[in-house]
Amino acid sequence: MKKNNIKLMQGNEACVEGALAAGMNFFAGYPITPSTEIAEISSQRLPRFGGKFIQMEDEIASMAATIGGALTGAKAMTATSGPGFSLKQENIGYASMAEIPCVIVNVQRGGPSTGLPTSPAQGDVMQAKWGTHGDHPIIALTPSSVKETFDTTVKAFNLAEKYRVPVVLLMDEVIAHMREKIEIPKKEDIEIIDRIKPDKDDATYQAYEVKQGDIVPPMASFGEGFRYHVTGLVHDETGFPSNDTEIADKLIHRLVDKINNNVDDISLYEEYKTNDIDTLIISYGSTARSAKTAVDMANNEGLNVGLFRPITIWPTLEKQIIDLAKKVDKIIVAEMNLGQYALEVERLASKYTQVHHLGKIDGDLITPNEILSKIKEV
Amino acid sequence: MSNKLAKKYFRMDKLPHIWCPGCGHGILMRSVIQAIDNLGLNKDKVCVVSGIGCSSRAPGYLDFNTLHTTHGRALAFATGIKMANPDLHVIVVTGDGDSAAIGGNHLIHAARRNIDITTVVFNNNIYGMTGGQYSPTTPTGDKGTTAPYGNIDKNFDLCKLAKGAGSTYTGRATAYHANLITKLVQKGIENKGFSFIEALSVCPTYYGRKNKKGDASDMMKHLKDASINVKAAKNKANEELEDKIIIGELYKSQEPEYTEQYKRIINRFKKER
Repeated sequence: MKKNNIKLMQGNEACVEGALAAGMNFFAGYPITPSTEIAEISSQRLPRFGGKFIQMEDEIASMAATIGGALTGAKAMTATSGPGFSLKQENIGYASMAEIPCVIVNVQRGGPSTGLPTSPAQGDVMQAKWGTHGDHPIIALTPSSVKETFDTTVKAFNLAEKYRVPVVLLMDEVIAHMREKIEIPKKEDIEIIDRIKPDKDDATYQAYEVKQGDIVPPMASFGEGFRYHVTGLVHDETGFPSNDTEIADKLIHRLVDKINNNVDDISLYEEYKTNDIDTLIISYGSTARSAKTAVDMANNEGLNVGLFRPITIWPTLEKQIIDLAKKVDKIIVAEMNLGQYALEVERLASKYTQVHHLGKIDGDLITPNEILSKIKEV
Repeated sequence: MSNKLAKKYFRMDKLPHIWCPGCGHGILMRSVIQAIDNLGLNKDKVCVVSGIGCSSRAPGYLDFNTLHTTHGRALAFATGIKMANPDLHVIVVTGDGDSAAIGGNHLIHAARRNIDITTVVFNNNIYGMTGGQYSPTTPTGDKGTTAPYGNIDKNFDLCKLAKGAGSTYTGRATAYHANLITKLVQKGIENKGFSFIEALSVCPTYYGRKNKKGDASDMMKHLKDASINVKAAKNKANEELEDKIIIGELYKSQEPEYTEQYKRIINRFKKER
């Protein structure tokens, strides 16, 4: 018997381990760099647990099959990168509208288009939120280490189940392929959330009716005896389509509000040395690793700098960003894009403090020295 | 329709349906129901999945587990359902644009896998829901609102396409031959593998009007007159069959079914864990 469960693994592998720990028993995917290992490892591991893996004909189909699997009661996941994430948007919208719990991993690479397939980027932040058309709910989490990839994958499944929403795990190529030490938690130490289901003999079950005290409607699995209808059209509480303006208004508000009214429960973040500082760095994913080092370097030089690292990228952590903005003279948002999360920070913080941006889109990482230079420059 | 059959399988409160007067889809939907009734399937274990278009509204009226998905993707959703729970009878109701244009890739790959899904294409030779644009099955030369001077595309033979891609049970009939549709769907459901039934419909509102095909009864009469059973067709010369609709059981073969094969992988490797 091993006393501990310490392993060396890459982020993509930790993602699959986290998914399995969360109860994943269905995966549909399509090969794409730099996420392919997630499909490969899932194909190897799932049947050993009695789970199912299928490689679909394209990214659109793999998103569709993921939703189909989830409708039968499975905990379902798919994984992709930029070009595939674009293709999946159609059915991500469907999952938002029909409230199908599922997890979509997007290992970000350089874009647009085929871009830089083997290089890291963080250019899909806005796409994760607005990639599919219409106002819709979405949650996106972005891990910053291999260990955190395991934990946030578990969390992604839990949030998907709890809020009946597609959850995007927004990784980047560095986190996906970097190998780090990770201690796999014991099964009993991992919190698992399952979707709420209707009582077995509930004759009054309406597929899209939220019961008093619940956040979402209970979800029956296809085949269990509740013969209900699921559609991407605007629908009423029975699940059937409607053109009624009042019903449309009520539905879309309910879908968006179930996330917006529960941001505290969905919030994951780290504050690093944020007491008594003048400059705040906001950074996430692999870039936050450089930012953390830059904070230490700056502190050593006597500069009062700290880091705020959102793990929950969507919904935006408005409260935390505003609170910190009120306390500092300037904020530097460091990210591997031309200013995407920075737009959110500017929206929230610019009336309290200066907001600067440090971006990079050439496929190289942002280094601690680059961040330190920016701190000194501003 | 017998009231008994309707009450047993329809969501009566969702009727009347949205289809135009004279549309062939109602007959086809009834034929599908009859096949399910003949087989005595447990309603709780039947999933009817559709995409987008006129045909794809059918599941909403039916008292099963029903899924109205995105345009062209019905077979991809259905594949996920069947893969995750092979105990379910999965039936896809789709149209010519839905299955053969935007969903063409999903069609050929579902057929290739020989996954146990029965696909019924309600083929009305036109995009009806959007108002009469030409589809992959609009005959060459015919008109649509986006082919005002006649369609120059060659139209698909959907059954040949399905067979070529690997469908193990393939047949064709028309809204005029309602009983044959029932028989083909029934055999398709019984086939352990991918089954493909092309069900020719009529669209008097758009295709008929645009191409001066007369009213609904004229179009139904055309389906009757132009059809020839595959057995009778065997004795005819190719020239004689040129404008004919060949109906009946067209192609059958035996291949391993996809979810059964996956189950074997699970049984083999689950032990070695």
